[in-house]
Amino acid sequence: MRAPVVPARRSLLPPLLVSVVLLAAAMVAGLLTGAADMPVRGVLLALLDGLPFVSVDSGLAPVERSLLLELRLPRVLTAVAVGGLLAVAGAGYQGVFRNPLADPYLLGAAAGAGLAVTLAVVFLPGEAGTAAIPAAAFAGAVGGVLLAYALGRSAGRGGTATLVLAGVAVMSFLTAVQTFVQQLKVEELQRVYAWILGDLGGSWERLGMIAPYAAVAAVALLLHGRLLDVLSVGDEEAAGLGVHVGRVRLVVLFAASLATAAAVAVSGLIGFVGVVVPHVVRRLAGGSYRMVLPLSLLGGAAFLVAADLVARTVMAPAELPIGVVTAFVGAPFFVAILRATRPVGT
Amino acid sequence: MTAPARRRTPAPTAPGDAHAAPGARIPGTASGADTPGGAPAAPAAPGGLAVDGLDVALDGTPVLSGVRLTVPGGSWLAVIGPNGAGKSTLLKAILGLVPYTGTVLVDGEPAHARTLRERARLIAYAPQTPSLPPDMTVFEYALLGRTPYLSYLGWESRADREIAAAVLDRLGLGPLARRRLGRLSGGERQRVVLARALTQQAPILLLDEPTTALDLGHQQQVLELVDRLRLADGLTVVTTLHDLSLAGQYADTVLLLSQGRSVASGPPAEVLTEASLAEHFGARVRVDAGPGGRPLVHLVRPEGDR
Repeated sequence: MRAPVVPARRSLLPPLLVSVVLLAAAMVAGLLTGAADMPVRGVLLALLDGLPFVSVDSGLAPVERSLLLELRLPRVLTAVAVGGLLAVAGAGYQGVFRNPLADPYLLGAAAGAGLAVTLAVVFLPGEAGTAAIPAAAFAGAVGGVLLAYALGRSAGRGGTATLVLAGVAVMSFLTAVQTFVQQLKVEELQRVYAWILGDLGGSWERLGMIAPYAAVAAVALLLHGRLLDVLSVGDEEAAGLGVHVGRVRLVVLFAASLATAAAVAVSGLIGFVGVVVPHVVRRLAGGSYRMVLPLSLLGGAAFLVAADLVARTVMAPAELPIGVVTAFVGAPFFVAILRATRPVGT
Repeated sequence: MTAPARRRTPAPTAPGDAHAAPGARIPGTASGADTPGGAPAAPAAPGGLAVDGLDVALDGTPVLSGVRLTVPGGSWLAVIGPNGAGKSTLLKAILGLVPYTGTVLVDGEPAHARTLRERARLIAYAPQTPSLPPDMTVFEYALLGRTPYLSYLGWESRADREIAAAVLDRLGLGPLARRRLGRLSGGERQRVVLARALTQQAPILLLDEPTTALDLGHQQQVLELVDRLRLADGLTVVTTLHDLSLAGQYADTVLLLSQGRSVASGPPAEVLTEASLAEHFGARVRVDAGPGGRPLVHLVRPEGDR
């Protein structure tokens, strides 16, 4: 008998390399761009010097050095973390709900985080409020999604549409409460808005604070690529294949919410990254979540670094809020995907 | 669980990975016999199904009541009945996808005594309207059939990939392996779904309306294929079928469901009678004896309407 041809596993390596190169290029551009001009060589050497056990002379002045390491580098790394997290969370939600438009914002995760952070900023005075932002965002995001999940479960037999509708209901409700709280405390509006519009002026402390959560969430999501592929054939068939659909869905939901919360905690609300990036990845590299998840992580990071670059330069010396830039790119995209998404028969 | 790029590991619970050996033929009696250790040797024909006193209620409405059926291993049962009789629900209950009361014995053991994964190694299921992710390739889709043999975070092994490739080859789908599901014709889609089910290497196949939306030629092709596989591998086949002649041509046993109850069951010629079809389908038909005495069912216009 002729041996059947076994197709090779689609290799992740080439697209992965392309993404890494893109990300590296975006990061270097991000580090080089700013009010003060710095030589490329000096910047790269200073970065090398910053690594443990490496000592080279960058030739940068101390002021330049501290500008690079204390302002630009954390900012670029914040964009990397936030962009990667939002995109991989979006891809995770899309897998769970089999809906290419699902993203951290559709499910009440971001709204939950937003409300919790608003409460923290408004009701905790000064420093205490700022310090509570990360914890509040975590609690709010997970709370928002769990509320949506519970509502969806109780409203129907766990169908996909039910869950998304429940998420939208939760989002609307939480946003309404948030607006109400803001109106109660008009004097705090300024601070809340500054945060809501997105802020990538990260610091090493904030980055360190979210790092463990970000790492856990990202790794958990990346590990579920195969199971999300199984889920993509439908709940009944996935169960027929021996997969506990509800369990997988809950784990991925939780991981994606954690990723969302980590992103929201450092940077406020930045929309559309979670929709745009996985969609582009799917177009270029195919629909398997084993590809979509890791490539979204890298692509989202590169996308947000680039968006931040635009936000910083387009009106220099003034800065556009990053959320405005992503919405400017993302909203038309969202409509395009909406138009392209043919209704899928169930 | 160390790195995202973790390689798959062989399913730890499948010591009897013999059927994953390269070049292994698809499922069949051999794979039924290598159920992982401990299980008592299966009776002569593995993959038998027995259902008794099956009640299912969906959203408080009774859909099936007191359904009873027996399918000896290696035989073909066709479930027929008018729309809404509960045919699809019956298949889902056997799979454990809907809550039920009553007994479902799979290979002699109560279905609920097994885990979801163990059941998936015994029963492969193709729903009436499978959702085929348009961007997935035929090979990736067929490979999903290996899911019951993988650990939670495991990936498929070379052996799993070879099994999927062998199944595609056997169904003449080899040349389509890299094609995206969104670009298949109706007949190809049906065969791809069948390939996914066969990759599962389960001794029992549950096919919900496998001929829906196929033209005559493709209906025949798919059912001939199922029958060939059944005979070659000793598979037990349970199909729901709208087309009564097809049910009569292929099934060893026909079960007639009406309003959630099993009203007749037996060899096709005994169940597919003009009287019974008139009663339960409200249809005026003529039943002829076809080749091998198998019944052919024809619709006849009521005379008053001419």
